[in-house]
Amino acid sequence: MQDEPTPGELIKAVADFLRNEIAPVIKGHNAFKLRVGINALDLVTRQLALEPASDAAETARLRQLLGADGSLVELNLALSERIAKGEVDLQTSELSNHLWQTTMDKLAVDQPNYASYKRELGAK
Amino acid sequence: MNEMIEAELGRCVASWYPGATGVAGAEKLSGGASQETWSFDILHPDGNVGAILRRAPPGYGASPSRAAGLDAEATLMQLAHDAGLPSPKVMHVLRAQDQLGTGFVMRRIEGETIARKILRDAEFAGARPLLARRLGEVAAGIHGLDAAKLPELRATSATKEIADLEREYHGFNWPRPVFELALRWLRARDPGPPDRMTLVHGDFRHGNLIIGPDGLRAVLDWELAHLGDPMEDLGWICVNSWRFGEIDKPVGGFGSREELFAGYEAAGRRVDPDRVMFWEVMGTLRWGVMCCGMMQRFRAGPDHSMERAMIGRRSSETEIDLLRLLAPRA
Repeated sequence: MQDEPTPGELIKAVADFLRNEIAPVIKGHNAFKLRVGINALDLVTRQLALEPASDAAETARLRQLLGADGSLVELNLALSERIAKGEVDLQTSELSNHLWQTTMDKLAVDQPNYASYKRELGAK
Repeated sequence: MNEMIEAELGRCVASWYPGATGVAGAEKLSGGASQETWSFDILHPDGNVGAILRRAPPGYGASPSRAAGLDAEATLMQLAHDAGLPSPKVMHVLRAQDQLGTGFVMRRIEGETIARKILRDAEFAGARPLLARRLGEVAAGIHGLDAAKLPELRATSATKEIADLEREYHGFNWPRPVFELALRWLRARDPGPPDRMTLVHGDFRHGNLIIGPDGLRAVLDWELAHLGDPMEDLGWICVNSWRFGEIDKPVGGFGSREELFAGYEAAGRRVDPDRVMFWEVMGTLRWGVMCCGMMQRFRAGPDHSMERAMIGRRSSETEIDLLRLLAPRA
């Protein structure tokens, strides 16, 4: 067992330092690159916090939908094949629900400020 | 580097611009390994002239397979200019003796290309409500350019585009059920060849449009021009990724499809809204696949940049947009 602080706590501390102390004194193209870097660290922080629960839920939905077991990548490969062959489509309400939930969980990590995501979050 | 290109450009300009005494202010606007864009001023006793050099430097002749090529770009820009469309005048096509590589010099048109400024800054408030209709008119003008005068361009079709996207996506070897759903949707609704193949700009969107407080000043970047279904350009400008948060204004975040279509039809061409929707879905998937491609290039190097890596994480934005198009929630 590794000691504390957790990776999430460490990365958040670094991101906050860069955001609050360094970004205000950097100019030009490096200021843009620094913003991208801070955004990347924030994304990693979100992923570390959210991924375990969203992966577990996605795996459970895929097992149910496919009636099969495997790793998350294997299950997604299997679902992709079934969609490509037309064996499962949007007539199956579980498919739509699954894809929506999975995509919302991706956006929560990748880009929670994306306008489409915020709209769908509000409409839920 | 800047002094060197100013000296080279100065020699080049002197050979075709009477009275030019040199060039100054050379600034690289963008550039990858194979293609560069430079801004500079031609010095002249009657007043300096703003110019843009678009070139593949010496030693980089070949363009990627989808690219029209710089000579074709120059021809298309000049054709558009001569037809009265908002397009910069081409001043000079580079020759071997210019020793600047291949490409061309065009007039620089002042204005803004950054979407967030165009959509939010007060100076464009008067222009925004007019842009969607104007883009429709200009797209119709592009699609109506005389086919007999066009340079040689690749021809494509919906069927071929679907197959290309599918191959590229499968090359990433990473399952994306939403992309599979979109590919299946596209194959089922492939509209077949259009009544008439036309010139298609191929990248008709923010970033390639110079906007001023008075409206659209120029359409740039004909790198992806080809022959195909004219509705492709109308679908691409509606892709949500180019709305920059203004998601209820499908045309570039500034206007409605109805305005775009009205401008297009006022210019004497017909809109097929079903085809436009088909190409909007295709365009959304295309941008998603391009984001995945950025991630691949980040991994493969040599450009191991954070920007590329983070663009890879924007492919999920296209997944939610595809779901909003194909499986909207009640």
